[in-house]
Amino acid sequence: MTTRWFGAPVQRMEDDRLLRGHGRYTDDIDEGALECCFVRSPYAHARITSVDVTAAREVPGVIAVYAAADLPFGDVDLPLLIPHPNLTHGRTQRCLASEVVRYAGEAVAFVVAESRAQAEDAAELVAVEYEPLPVVITPEAGARAEHLVHDDVPGNVAAELVQEVGDVTPALKGAPHRKRMTFRYERGAAAPMEGRAVWARWDDREHKLLVYDSTQSPTSIRGGLAVLFGMKESDVEVIAPDVGGAFGPKIMLFYPDELLVPFAAMRLGRPVKWTEDRQEHFTAVNQERSQVHEVDCGFDDDGRLLALDDDFIHDGGAYTPYGIILPIITAAQVPGPYRIPNYRVRFRDIYTNATPTSPYRGAGRPHACFVMERTLDAIAAELSLDRDEVRRRNFIQPDQFPYVLGVVWQDGNTVVYDSGDYPRLFERALEMLGPRPEGENIGRGIAVYVEGTGVGPYEGAHVQVLVSGKVVAATGIPSQGQAHRTVWAQIVADELGVDVEDVEVTSGDTRRFRWGVGTFASRSAVTAGNAMHVAASMVAGKAKLIAADHLEAAPEDLELVDGHVRVKGSPDRAIPLAAVAVLSNPVRYAFGGGTEAATQFAAKSRPGPPLQDGEQPGLEATGYYSPPGSTWASGCHAAYVRVDPKTFRLEILKYVVVHDCGRVINPLVLQGQIEGGVAQGIGGAFYERLAYDADGQLRNASFMEFLMPYATEIPSIEIDHFETPSPLNPLGVKGAGEAGVIPVGAVLAAAMEEAIGVPFTEMPQSPLKLFELSRQK
Amino acid sequence: MKVNGVDHPAPSDTRRLLSDHLRHDLGLTGTHVGCEHGVCGCCTVLLDGAPVRSCLMLAVQAEGHEVATIESLARDDEPLHPVQQAFHECHGLQCGFCTPGFVMSVVGLLAQHPHPTAQQIEEGIAGNLCRCTGYASIRRAVGRAVELTR
Repeated sequence: MTTRWFGAPVQRMEDDRLLRGHGRYTDDIDEGALECCFVRSPYAHARITSVDVTAAREVPGVIAVYAAADLPFGDVDLPLLIPHPNLTHGRTQRCLASEVVRYAGEAVAFVVAESRAQAEDAAELVAVEYEPLPVVITPEAGARAEHLVHDDVPGNVAAELVQEVGDVTPALKGAPHRKRMTFRYERGAAAPMEGRAVWARWDDREHKLLVYDSTQSPTSIRGGLAVLFGMKESDVEVIAPDVGGAFGPKIMLFYPDELLVPFAAMRLGRPVKWTEDRQEHFTAVNQERSQVHEVDCGFDDDGRLLALDDDFIHDGGAYTPYGIILPIITAAQVPGPYRIPNYRVRFRDIYTNATPTSPYRGAGRPHACFVMERTLDAIAAELSLDRDEVRRRNFIQPDQFPYVLGVVWQDGNTVVYDSGDYPRLFERALEMLGPRPEGENIGRGIAVYVEGTGVGPYEGAHVQVLVSGKVVAATGIPSQGQAHRTVWAQIVADELGVDVEDVEVTSGDTRRFRWGVGTFASRSAVTAGNAMHVAASMVAGKAKLIAADHLEAAPEDLELVDGHVRVKGSPDRAIPLAAVAVLSNPVRYAFGGGTEAATQFAAKSRPGPPLQDGEQPGLEATGYYSPPGSTWASGCHAAYVRVDPKTFRLEILKYVVVHDCGRVINPLVLQGQIEGGVAQGIGGAFYERLAYDADGQLRNASFMEFLMPYATEIPSIEIDHFETPSPLNPLGVKGAGEAGVIPVGAVLAAAMEEAIGVPFTEMPQSPLKLFELSRQK
Repeated sequence: MKVNGVDHPAPSDTRRLLSDHLRHDLGLTGTHVGCEHGVCGCCTVLLDGAPVRSCLMLAVQAEGHEVATIESLARDDEPLHPVQQAFHECHGLQCGFCTPGFVMSVVGLLAQHPHPTAQQIEEGIAGNLCRCTGYASIRRAVGRAVELTR
């Protein structure tokens, strides 16, 4: 009997190349490419009075220097990716700034040279004169609007959205208890180990553009390049090769280089490559997480929430290319797994003179979870109730699904939780956490979260059985380490009854699959995974039809097992899948590989033409999956920590995770996603804070000062999984990519609060901040 | 300098970093560059058998020394080196970008301490950043590499 691959701990099929050093990341591609360097604004806000590139053009090895005036699209605003009616004052930057720069790091000029060193030398000779303008850097300062980031955006407000479920004002007034709190989250950075990079080649004979881009969405890049350059999409191919981590910022498009590198390649007739360095990554790549929440909540004597009013500002940064997806997600995710009969949320997306914001793993959710869980802890403190008991009293119960939250979701639908069992997650986490360790300065934290995953609009897949019997499959969305190649192969192998090793998957290459959206928002397993399932099912159906003729059996009596199509119950009546692939394509000329079996005098005759109405040659199919709504994964994290009373070093004594993302495709891959997410969450909660000064300068733009955790900072964690299948898709899966990050800030805040006895309302923390807080005690 | 057992002439560009020389002059792109300021460890290679960050050295400084990169561990027609095999078995990599640096660090560690203590393992991998795995699987991989090396 063929193994069932779905659910099995299949070891990764992408490893061999990567382990031997044969990975192919964008910067690994040379092919005589010219190299580039940006001139970036050193000011967070300034008027440009002149840009002089003459001296730079004289540097030996320099091929071209571009300022905005040199570009045919120099006065085109870059796309606003996700327009929204409430985004009344959306603004995007231009490829190269020529009038005003609005964040330190904004691109002003672009140098192309024979070598990177020459390009860097020349960039230093580009003379840009600036008149500095006043800077607003915090979201609070942005909201006060003492200075404007954009002259024509009153109050620095890009967007405002108010949503209400129930009737909050009277519910608050009538509540036996009421509490107001302010919560603050600061900026962090995704910081994938590979920065961004783009390589492009123009083929003048074929009139085709080939681009390698470390992007999360090659199909969108291709569409945009075709529009910008007035080309047919079929003449632009974009490949995301091996990508060294992304975590969100690589779904942002278009960064200026994504247009300038292909432009220069077309203009100069030579391959061109740009590879970001780490310092510019810190200011040129989108960031996230800065929000300030004003919460007003009403609750009864038992700690049950009666109403919650959250008024928050979201730091959009200098531009809003990604629309208002982040605050929309936060607004939808604040309630989490808890019933709030009356919920009002208002947000304002505020411009500041800092790098634009767009999703970073967690994307609006860690802050939402932090607000809700801290609120529950505060309620427990106010009423002298047990924190756990307050949560138990507020959970949405397992019999309440589908649960309609009633606020808008990032796909335009209303939030409806499809399935889950939050009390069970919670009790299991408590059981795993066990008794409090002995000792002083120890605290315990717990947080429960939901995560809307698997957003649309759709993904697609192509699956083909070759005449060798091997299977190739392709989807448009790329992988940045999520083991797409392995998990898609598992899904396809099950449908076709073949060995997982016989399925070769390509992802993120527009030459192999033209359509699709991107890898983001914990959506790949749901969207592309189900598309793989749909396409492979279509291929299986086709194989049965063809084999039915050959085996003289009804298609419904056939099954695909061990690389054969065979009659159920009669394993000797079978035909290899490879032979079915041959028969699927009636040929005149045998070209080897057994294809003589499909020539006109050899093939079994069937009345009518060889391909009949509606039939297509080849044992292949293209299938799509478009979700009706998001799948809602959930989880509970709990921890014991110890804070050293002298050094304020944080020691995580125990960290447990209970996670439910529906049916699990590959437990090894899932464990890796969770472990990695928790580590990123720990970094984001305690080590990684982007430190901007009042002038809008990022003071820690290096790994020397932006402290990402090494192995020494990350404890082993214990994980358990539940499977509450999603009723929304054939595979019953939900997303898992971001889950590990979401509740970590809330968990550690609660634990540190207990450990040192001061309230925590801000993230991220650090030993220094703990020291300062404890002195205020 | 000798790279992966083969003699190479000195680089002509005296300001070329060893990491760039390996990648762009010798085509050994398995050595990755993650920060170019000596923190992330993606560019770790062995210099005379000891792990070093190739982004913190000029290529000319490697003259007279032996450099080993990830490509030296197993020929294409050979099975994976035990450390590589252990990373595979323990799901010790995701995006793969930091992986060559980790693998070379662990090869260096096990050369020095064939039976490392937990503390030595922790220290041996504490100079490399990984943003994907959360390190748990990498710790497991080092333990497995010790078993496979026996």
